[in-house]
Amino acid sequence: MVESKAAKRRKRKTQKEDKKTTSATVLQRIRDAEEELHQTQTEDVISASEDEGGDDEERKHSKLLDAIRSLGGKRRKKLTERSEASIQVSEFAVNAEGEGDKIHLSELIENIDKASTSLSKAKQRLNKLKNHHSTLDTPLNRKEAEQIQREVAFEKTSKLVSGWEHVVNQNQRAEQLVFPLKQELSGPKRMEHVVSGWKAQTPLEKEIFSLLHANNQPVHDVVLTAGEESSIKAMSLEEAKLRRAELQKFRALQSYYEAKAKRQKKIKSKTYHKIQHKVLRKDYLKHFDELLKTDPDAALEELNKAELSRMKERMTLKHQNSGKWAKSRAIMAKYDEGARKAMQQQLEVNKDLTLKLVIPTDEDEEDEEESVEALPSFVNDAEPIVDAVNPWMRGKLSTEPALQEESNDMETSGARPGNVQAEEEANHLQEVEEEVEETEEEAILRGFEERRKMRRVEDVEVTPMFVGDNKELPAEKAEAIEVSDDDDDNDNEEEEAEISTFTRLFQGLVKNHVDSPAETAKMGASICVGQDESPTMLDEGLVRVMAPEDLELLSQGDASLMTTSAPRIEQTDSQSETQHAGEKKRKIMIDPNEVLTKEAKVIKVPFAPTAVDDVEGMEEQRVIIKEAFAGDDVVSDFLKDKEKQEEARKPKDLDLTLPGWGEWGGIGLKPSNRKRRFLVQAAEPTPRRDLKLPNVIFSEKRDSSIARLQVCQLPFPFRHPKEFEHVICSPIGHTWNTQNAVQKITAPKVMTKLGTIIEPMSREKYIKNQELVAPGRKSDQYLESDKGTQNKKRSQQKKKHKPKKN
Amino acid sequence: MKVKVISRNPDDYVRQTKLDIQRVPRNYDPSLNPFETPREYTRALNATKLERVFAKPFLASLDGHRDGVNCMAKHPKSLSTMLSGSCDGELKVWNLTKRECVRTLQAHEGFVRAMVVRFCGTSFFTIGDDKTIKQWSMETPGYGEEEEPLNTILGKSVFTGIDHHQERGVFATCGQQVDIWDEQRSSPIRSFSWGVDSFSCVRFNPVETGLLASCASDRSIVLYDMREATPLKKVIMTLRSNTLCWNPMEAYNFTCSNEDYNLYTFDMRKLDMPSVTHKDHVSAVLDVDYSPTGKEFVSASFDKTIRIFPKDSYHSREVYHTTRMQHVICVKWSSDNKYVLSGSDEMNIRLWKASAAEKLGVLTPREQAAVNYNQKLKERFQHHPEVRRIARHRHVPKSIYNQRRELHIMRTARLRKESNIRKHSTPGSVPVLSEKEKHIVAVVK
Repeated sequence: MVESKAAKRRKRKTQKEDKKTTSATVLQRIRDAEEELHQTQTEDVISASEDEGGDDEERKHSKLLDAIRSLGGKRRKKLTERSEASIQVSEFAVNAEGEGDKIHLSELIENIDKASTSLSKAKQRLNKLKNHHSTLDTPLNRKEAEQIQREVAFEKTSKLVSGWEHVVNQNQRAEQLVFPLKQELSGPKRMEHVVSGWKAQTPLEKEIFSLLHANNQPVHDVVLTAGEESSIKAMSLEEAKLRRAELQKFRALQSYYEAKAKRQKKIKSKTYHKIQHKVLRKDYLKHFDELLKTDPDAALEELNKAELSRMKERMTLKHQNSGKWAKSRAIMAKYDEGARKAMQQQLEVNKDLTLKLVIPTDEDEEDEEESVEALPSFVNDAEPIVDAVNPWMRGKLSTEPALQEESNDMETSGARPGNVQAEEEANHLQEVEEEVEETEEEAILRGFEERRKMRRVEDVEVTPMFVGDNKELPAEKAEAIEVSDDDDDNDNEEEEAEISTFTRLFQGLVKNHVDSPAETAKMGASICVGQDESPTMLDEGLVRVMAPEDLELLSQGDASLMTTSAPRIEQTDSQSETQHAGEKKRKIMIDPNEVLTKEAKVIKVPFAPTAVDDVEGMEEQRVIIKEAFAGDDVVSDFLKDKEKQEEARKPKDLDLTLPGWGEWGGIGLKPSNRKRRFLVQAAEPTPRRDLKLPNVIFSEKRDSSIARLQVCQLPFPFRHPKEFEHVICSPIGHTWNTQNAVQKITAPKVMTKLGTIIEPMSREKYIKNQELVAPGRKSDQYLESDKGTQNKKRSQQKKKHKPKKN
Repeated sequence: MKVKVISRNPDDYVRQTKLDIQRVPRNYDPSLNPFETPREYTRALNATKLERVFAKPFLASLDGHRDGVNCMAKHPKSLSTMLSGSCDGELKVWNLTKRECVRTLQAHEGFVRAMVVRFCGTSFFTIGDDKTIKQWSMETPGYGEEEEPLNTILGKSVFTGIDHHQERGVFATCGQQVDIWDEQRSSPIRSFSWGVDSFSCVRFNPVETGLLASCASDRSIVLYDMREATPLKKVIMTLRSNTLCWNPMEAYNFTCSNEDYNLYTFDMRKLDMPSVTHKDHVSAVLDVDYSPTGKEFVSASFDKTIRIFPKDSYHSREVYHTTRMQHVICVKWSSDNKYVLSGSDEMNIRLWKASAAEKLGVLTPREQAAVNYNQKLKERFQHHPEVRRIARHRHVPKSIYNQRRELHIMRTARLRKESNIRKHSTPGSVPVLSEKEKHIVAVVK
């Protein structure tokens, strides 16, 4: 760095000698001109720049002048000559040699680094300036500059405006909006709000107030203290409720879990515990195996833990056959085979537990094999040395069971309906091979399980099921179910009910949030559908409705004039959508033809002779298909279906006889023949349309007489006719619902107050929301979206109060 | 041992007062009420019919102007006060509850182009063809005093639109350029111009109060920020937009009324395509105003009708017309969301109900409950053909009916032709433009 600086300085000097002939910039030229001017002005003053001797001459000259002055005798006014000191002697010890020379930045900088370190920044900047030789860019022309300005400004404003998005979406989603948005508290205002300007006057009062102020205590007799108010502001009622419900649920789950653990601990059955223990260990091993594969570090840690437990085991006298039980067994061992076995087992366990584990590493696989003997048995059987290709040997559910089953078709010959069964059997086989004991234990465990299940079935009526298909909470639900499963005492029925209510409550609270994105999607889609003109468009006609009778007369013909002939070209999107929907619907029903053709395409005949003509190929294919579908006879199924439908449609005879009416009746007595006249014969049904078409079923559910009054197209937000039917069939009137329910259901979407001006959205709302979206609470974002419903609920509460007043 | 005793709580069956409804205990078991849906269907049908029968939206006509009503203004603080300016420079202040004119003044020579009431409601500004901006007091001058403006600003050119800031003493005018004025000064504090054009309308954003939008005669809509030195963005459409109105509840949405018979709702952040195109008018749309709830807007058209559109719907939910109403020039939605005011060519201001079949005045709780129930029923059964047919039927004058048909035919013909061209040209050479995209020419940054 220093060297380069020096080099530059040298360069500068050479430039100086060139006397600025190289400088090209206008600025410099102007400066040159100025210098020249300056030179001409000071030419008569002899300057030191010309030669070395000049300095001496000047001194002599001044001496001479002094002498002349002294000769005169008369006291003359002394004219002090003023000269620019800076020209010759620089204040900053920088000498510009010669009149025409300039001080360069580099020279200035030299002194700076000597002088102080605090100016290093300035120095750096100067350095940069020094190095920066290039001229400035020409400014952009006005048009372009303005465009850039505009773009920047637009970015800024659009960002600013986007801040409102949250509020807008929330309002869009809200089930009820109450206007005006700024609502004043109803009811009489408190004294403190009305009367203001009261001051403490007496010294006592002043003292009291100062105390109160100091402690942040309410000055007036207020309902809430400042602290309370701030806490209310911090969390809304909804949030608090949600949070409480969550906590409650959590606490309940915890307590149930604890209770379960306690209960299990209390179980006296030794076999149960033994088995439980074994299962736990097995699980642990499995887990360990996986860890070995996925996360060796963690596995190592686990191993360390095992080591620790081994040490502990060594320290204790457990499994040493020195306990009370073991001693008793030892006595029995002479006579009882089982007891002896048990003791043996115990010792084995001890051996297992005290064996040292060896960490298996990739480097020494041979070593591993050697040390296999040293490893406890469970490590052995968990070793993934087993043939990786053959899933049967693994005894686990493989990722693609279907494929593997095909490959192993020879073994598991015969028609098995599902893969699961095969898998199970394979599992079973392996288990039989490896450990017979294990299966026994499992059988016992299964027995436990089944018994519990039996009991549960008895309890089913008490335990409510989870109906909602809430996607967000599968884990929680599973947990809840698990808990309810394991409660095997009847005492816990109530608890179960409670927990399910908690979950339901929680779900209910959360449901809004889950629904909301779907709704927004709907909103987005509604725009697409809107293009399909029919739903929203008015039927504008020439008929004027003056009375209800006119409504009846409204002809249907002109109603659909616009809609029927509406252009279809622009609706490609919606069409494709509907097509998709149609496909989905079709997929639900199995079309035998479709199935057959598909299969025919998929199955290839590997060694079919090429010379065979098509007919034969077809034949062969048919055979193959027949083989493939040997189990399910589609045709007969279809025929059965058809028969069933025919049967269902046949009108039935109506029996109106009242046994015992006009004669004796009772067990074993038949109504007399006289009563046959009460048997109304059904009319002969109209012939079915598919009577002569063997391969077709016409659904005759459609009744043309009421079809006119039925909805023919599935309206927009619904995905399935069932949903729509469900909505239509659930009544909303007070005849079928409680008052509160009716009020809730029929609450209008927009509420306005009579005679009140509705102000536009204000900034306060925005700021409130901004606070809500603060990063700290991002995890529970659904809380914010609930804000919209909050208004609604508040208004509902109000409404609830209203009727009571009347 | 549990002893079962019949016990009746009198609270369950005794009314508190004579005026209460008799309590009828009910069994809500659905299996006991098999006909609930058919009954509700009938109720819904009846409700729909009654709605159509009671749909009488026209309330009053305010006459008194001696020329066409050119502009109107709402009072921000008083629901009953409304101002209107006519083409002869006359300005009238109306009391809507009494349905009478309370004050008349000659504001300008020539048209009163536009007017706006200050946010506090104490004064209002008018602009006219005489190149002046005048500020008037809302107070009626005392007996013997002359009507005189508080302030008069003489401009260099004709002003065509004015709007006032929501909460500060700043207003904006447009004419040859868009000017931002401080009330205290006689010259604009800022002026925006972008190319040479004349503007027809300028509006402040009521939510994000620093923003403005204007319609220019070069078929463009320009956005501004009061705090910036330059305009923000501009979108050029196929035809000129007459007026625009910001959504008072959504900071970034606005709707403009266009000469091509349509209205377009834009998201100001995405000007390259309107978010919704509202069609139904059969002639140029002259004015638009949002309901204060931001859910709907009303539009006035040259085709002598006003229509009410839901903000995200392609078609209008209501059309209002009378035989005597001519070209509707201006329209306003009252700030309590109940009424719509329209000023038309034939010198009258008309007062309409915003929802045609609504009962005015205070409703008893039972009435309110019934209204809510009926509303919900109509909503629920709206897809049933019988209900829909009745709910959607509107009477329109013959001219509009015929024009609509004609337009429809033209549109289908155009579409058919386009598709034919597409069929007979190389694939991809004739791009498929959506209905929204068709009306946008360019977005200028």
